[in-house]
Amino acid sequence: MAEDPQSRYTGALELDTRLDSAGREGLTGTARSNAYGRPDEVDDVTVAPDYRPMDEQPRWRQDFPIDFPADQYVARRDFAKFLVLTSGAFAAGQGWIAARHLVRENRPAPARIKIASLQNLAVGSAMMFDYPGPHDRCLLIRPDDKTLVAYSQNCTHLSCAVVPRVAEGVLHCPCHEGYFDLFTGRNIAGPPPRPLPKILLEVQGDDVYAIGVETRTV
Amino acid sequence: MKRPLGRSQRLIIVYGILCFALLLVVAQLWLLTATMNASLGGDGSVVLPALAASVGCLALNLGLLRYL
Repeated sequence: MAEDPQSRYTGALELDTRLDSAGREGLTGTARSNAYGRPDEVDDVTVAPDYRPMDEQPRWRQDFPIDFPADQYVARRDFAKFLVLTSGAFAAGQGWIAARHLVRENRPAPARIKIASLQNLAVGSAMMFDYPGPHDRCLLIRPDDKTLVAYSQNCTHLSCAVVPRVAEGVLHCPCHEGYFDLFTGRNIAGPPPRPLPKILLEVQGDDVYAIGVETRTV
Repeated sequence: MKRPLGRSQRLIIVYGILCFALLLVVAQLWLLTATMNASLGGDGSVVLPALAASVGCLALNLGLLRYL
């Protein structure tokens, strides 16, 4: 009957837990250094990655020998533990998103705030304002006489400030060349994954009010 | 009488379990990015089902770890 190839590791993987046993000074709790190397040529302390003897190795490697086979050995159970740890981290991340969502849902709706007067906003121009919080930068744009749009200025990719190009009908993110449609706020090119949050507007006479924020996925 | 599995046969099962655990982790990664995108886009309807699915994957992974 053919010998099981794995059986050669059975003895080699036994851990030497004694402190400073002969030939393995300073190396405890590891598998024998020749466990995965060529057993007839290995040094007692370490096997260099290129398998050359230690006196042919660079000085730094001679001064600081590492038990390379043991160092590079990852047991299947260790790998499985790492996978479960990663899985736990992802589940925790989902929990964090859910908690943020619940907090956001319980937040009161943003107030109605006057942000501009039409007479101060020429056709083809844009102005900045803060909404709903004092540090939430937004853009109010008047591309033509009858249209008024407002969006958050934070790019949905990595929150760089987008720049309106009214003549071209786009909002441009200079950080990673992202483009949004000026009239809808939809992401039309580059890395942004979502449209810009839209600021809901209300015009009363000459005054422009922001009355809410509409976030969208498409 | 049933013969016990050999080492190489058990190894196949172990690698199968590891592959399955890896697939679950990749699915969780996809779930996390998709949920983050939906949540930032204002669609909160997927948040709690995605959390339940992710915790389910974690429970499966923990269960599989017992066999390794």
